[in-house]
Amino acid sequence: MSFPLSHQVINLMACLLLLIAFAMLAQRRILRLIYLFALQGLVLSINTAVVALATHQPHLYFSAGLTLALKVVALPWLLHRLIDRLNIRWDVETLLNIPTTMLVGIALVIIAFNLAVPISQLAGTITRSSLGIAMASVLLSFLMMITRRKAVPQVIGFLAMENGLFFAATSATYGMPMVVELGIALDVLVGSFIFGIFFFQIRETFDSLDIHHLEKLKEKA
Amino acid sequence: MSSFDVVLAVPLCWIAVGLFGLSSRASRAQHARIFFPLGALGGLLLMAAAYPALSGEPHSLVLPLGLPDLRFHVRLDSLAAFFLVLLGAVSAGVSLYSAGYFDKGGGGQIRLVCFQYHVFLASMALVLLADDAYLFMVAWETMALASYFLVTTDHDIAQIRSAGLLYLIVAHIGATVILLCFGILQLGEWSYTFDAMRHNTLAAGWASAAFLLALFGFGAKAGFLPVHVWLPEAHPAAPSPISALMSGVMLKSAVYGLLRVTFDLLHLQLWWWGVVALSLGLLSALFGALFAAVQTDMKRLLAYSSIENLGIILAGVGLTVLFHSYDMNALAALALAATLYHCLNHALFKSLLFIVTGSVMHATGHRSLGKLGGLIRFMPRVAAAGLVGTLAIAGLPPLNGFASEWMLLQAFLLSPSLPNSYLSMLVPVATAALALAVAMAGYVMVKFYGVVFLGLPREELARAHDPDPWEQAGLLWLALWCVVLGLAPMALISATDPIASALVGAAIRDSVQGSSWLFLTAIRPERASYSALLLLAGIVLTVAMTFLLVRRLYHGRVRRSAPWDCGFAPLDARMQDTAEGFGQPIKQIFEPFFKLERSQPSPFDARPLYRSRIEDRIWYWLYVPVMRAVEWLSSLIGILHHGRIHLYLIYSFATLLVLLLLIQ
Amino acid sequence: MNAGFFVSQLLQTVLAVSLAPLMLGWVNQCRAWLQNRTGAGVLQPYRLIIKLFHKDAVLAHNASWLFRFAPYTVFGCMVLAVSIVPILATDLPLSPVADLIALVGLFALARVFMALAAMDVGTAFGSLGARREMLVASLAEPALLMVFFTPALISQSTALTTIVETLAHRELTLYPSLAFAAVAFVMVLLAENARIPVDNPSTHLELTMIHEALLLEYSARHLALLEWAHALKLMTYTSIGIALFLPWGIAPAGQWAMMPLSVLAFLVKLLLAGAALALLEAVSAKMRIFRVPEFLGMAFLLAVLGMLTRLLLGSAG
Repeated sequence: MSFPLSHQVINLMACLLLLIAFAMLAQRRILRLIYLFALQGLVLSINTAVVALATHQPHLYFSAGLTLALKVVALPWLLHRLIDRLNIRWDVETLLNIPTTMLVGIALVIIAFNLAVPISQLAGTITRSSLGIAMASVLLSFLMMITRRKAVPQVIGFLAMENGLFFAATSATYGMPMVVELGIALDVLVGSFIFGIFFFQIRETFDSLDIHHLEKLKEKA
Repeated sequence: MSSFDVVLAVPLCWIAVGLFGLSSRASRAQHARIFFPLGALGGLLLMAAAYPALSGEPHSLVLPLGLPDLRFHVRLDSLAAFFLVLLGAVSAGVSLYSAGYFDKGGGGQIRLVCFQYHVFLASMALVLLADDAYLFMVAWETMALASYFLVTTDHDIAQIRSAGLLYLIVAHIGATVILLCFGILQLGEWSYTFDAMRHNTLAAGWASAAFLLALFGFGAKAGFLPVHVWLPEAHPAAPSPISALMSGVMLKSAVYGLLRVTFDLLHLQLWWWGVVALSLGLLSALFGALFAAVQTDMKRLLAYSSIENLGIILAGVGLTVLFHSYDMNALAALALAATLYHCLNHALFKSLLFIVTGSVMHATGHRSLGKLGGLIRFMPRVAAAGLVGTLAIAGLPPLNGFASEWMLLQAFLLSPSLPNSYLSMLVPVATAALALAVAMAGYVMVKFYGVVFLGLPREELARAHDPDPWEQAGLLWLALWCVVLGLAPMALISATDPIASALVGAAIRDSVQGSSWLFLTAIRPERASYSALLLLAGIVLTVAMTFLLVRRLYHGRVRRSAPWDCGFAPLDARMQDTAEGFGQPIKQIFEPFFKLERSQPSPFDARPLYRSRIEDRIWYWLYVPVMRAVEWLSSLIGILHHGRIHLYLIYSFATLLVLLLLIQ
Repeated sequence: MNAGFFVSQLLQTVLAVSLAPLMLGWVNQCRAWLQNRTGAGVLQPYRLIIKLFHKDAVLAHNASWLFRFAPYTVFGCMVLAVSIVPILATDLPLSPVADLIALVGLFALARVFMALAAMDVGTAFGSLGARREMLVASLAEPALLMVFFTPALISQSTALTTIVETLAHRELTLYPSLAFAAVAFVMVLLAENARIPVDNPSTHLELTMIHEALLLEYSARHLALLEWAHALKLMTYTSIGIALFLPWGIAPAGQWAMMPLSVLAFLVKLLLAGAALALLEAVSAKMRIFRVPEFLGMAFLLAVLGMLTRLLLGSAG
């Protein structure tokens, strides 16, 4: 059984996405996280373009272009400016140490793959087998959000989760209607602005972006 | 006299030898050299008689012993025969060794030791032969008691006494749980024979309860996590031949019990039993390997290594159950064969290593790794036997440890064909845990052999010398079997075929076609094949050719001088690694697993001292709370004690009144 | 099994054993060019080995028979290993002797003998080298096993012959699972063969030694054999990698006409592999010893990911 080149490229992009999700879990430096996020956006746009080529759906080209503009250029630049002004470079130790995080990550991948097996048999697209990988990267980004102590990596995890969802949408239904897509893109952009404002506020109040300071807001019974 | 009669006669002969030894008035030397070789002879007979029974039909007998209504039933089938061969082979070697060991004054009263030793051997044989729960429990308890007395041979040392007490307590908890398991299996019909239990069909819930109880109960004897705490205390406390027998044979009798209950007495196996056994086994294997890497006492290191190998065996059992529950019988047969093979191999190389430590302890008087070293020059024969044992336990080709681990890994590699998609992804990842445990075992054994036999002596050891011929005979016997079983695995696999057919319904021979006696294959020759004999031949040929070529073309001149050591000052024994030093990377990398107490010197100390203690977390998580709960419960009962006689009389009177009223 | 098979087996063994120092020399030469040096020439390892054979062996007073015997054992294991891996043709007489797992065991045997021999003389360097070598090995073996899982899953076998025959007969497709496994294999290769970033093969500082510390007490023919065995190990690992991930060009069983072509293909692949290895070494820095577990953990992770993607994507991955 031989597969067309486009199918192989899509599978390869899916695996790269998973790899980048794991790399983000293991990364300690925030600048590298941003570069990985940009790389993830690039992988996503290439994937969308290849799907567009293989299935002859021109609106996916727009989608790919939008992803490129937003996730590879605009958002990373925004985040870079943010961390420059906040003057943070490193992250402190994560909640769990890195080997344990990796093991939990592998368990999540196995769960995601197993969940995807019956679902992918229902979908009718050529990329249905990569649905499991997309779910896995969503779960891994969620894990990244949970195990980080500073605010900026958590936000990057949130954005990476959105990347994974976008990939899942592309692989299951050949992308979303343009309106939905523009709406989501706008949401993400506005959300990032709000995050930026919150960062400054948190920093003003606690003089640090370490999240556990937020626990001081607890009511003393 | 059929082989069944011989097999039955051997335990009785052992008891007879023990009784004679108890009552004899001979001197120590005569005692050791007469009775223990007789025991060795018994072992040989057992091995020879049980081997044909591997492929024959099961024989049973009802003995005229026991209580009037509860007679002893015995049965010899292929599974029992396999473990009897194991018992015979190991006990032959260890008894030969003991003839020399106890002669030298290792262990107290020789008459008592001789009696307890042979009763221990006989009770293990009876456990394997038992066909009803009554004889099984009687023999099991006798085994536990005999080994307790043997462990506490040097009972004037307080540490040995407390180790023995811990062993006794855990053994009895295990025995109680096994009794409960048999209670479930007999399903309220008041019939205690295994035959009746085989014909009972249990509901899934009761069967699961029986399996879990069997796992816990037999695990308490085999040293599975978390009921392993007695092993690292009891094995070092006992004299070396006893440690060898306990680690080599007694732990395997627990595996035999588990196999008997799971595959023979229970009709069905559920897949999650396999998962439980597999995960518990892999955890034990990792635990044992990690803790062995940081030990400083020879025998404690070997005890933890036993925990590791029993974990590997349990993982194999779990895999067999898993495959069998999905009716993949050919794969189950492969996993079962690998497990049984590993049982035999571990029995041989672990006993070999324990008696090597016995010789070392006798020759040097030390058992701490911090006081040994360089013994390869003073005790070359013990060192050679130790090398064979080390290479075998580290799982290196062409010896026996590698062959069984190879088969087990091949069985694991087949697990992606499991129908359950979660399992087909999880079990291959779990293989990595097995590989890690096996690789750690290599680390541990390099540490053991290197620190004991290589390098420079860390204390004054020049008086060490090779032991007497009896000890050497025992060492040679076991080492030889390690090599033979490594080079000819196919013979063993064919021998275990009937067991696989009986227990899981398929034989390895069904799935191996067209391969000769030279190659060990899994499923098909094109899938995987390994030939230890050809490997050894290849290495020997290449080594010989290289040696000859180098000598012909160049020369073989040698000069002796001081060690190079990068030009540093004269070499001192303290410059090489200590046992703690060799285990330091493991301590650092796997720190969360250990409970580490360390006191480090400060620059301002007048006499700087470094102390480090590694303890088992499970003791503090599981045992200490349970002990505290038991203590608290007992203290509640203490309320009833006042010391006033009137109150005690009132208790008896009240009980009497209540009973009279009840009977009415 | 006619005489042709035995001749090709002999040819493979002799070719591999004689070319191994050349490969090491080529890697060192590439590294020299990348570092803007002239380098010692690709034949330097041969000159070293011949020089060492001429010398008298100097042994420590307390060196035992294990110390003298270990170099021969290690060399023998490596020669056997390189004869088993299908380099020029599949289905050679020695191929059923060991499958992938048994090859790993063979390497482990050689390594244990070297570690024990290092501990034999009782120097600080020897114990240090033995301890570090066994540490790296015990972490690399699970990763290596996981790497081998993926091709074994694809070809339903762990025998290298079967794997080569299965993989070489497929069309050129991108298998992401094999790509992951290949990256993980390269990482394990660097760790096991004492290359940068795990170990520096040309160091003289004990802080940075792993493999070098095991060789420190050896001289003359023993050292020559050990250096040769080291080169053979690198060649064997590279050949395993080529057989698993780039198997095209290996002559199928019995087709002798393809042999010259397969020799040529092998040489070209070795050339490229050596240059790639030199490039990897030139751009990496040596890691601290306690970062090596993380490195190997990452290799393990990649290998597991490869296997899981294979299980998920089925025959498309």
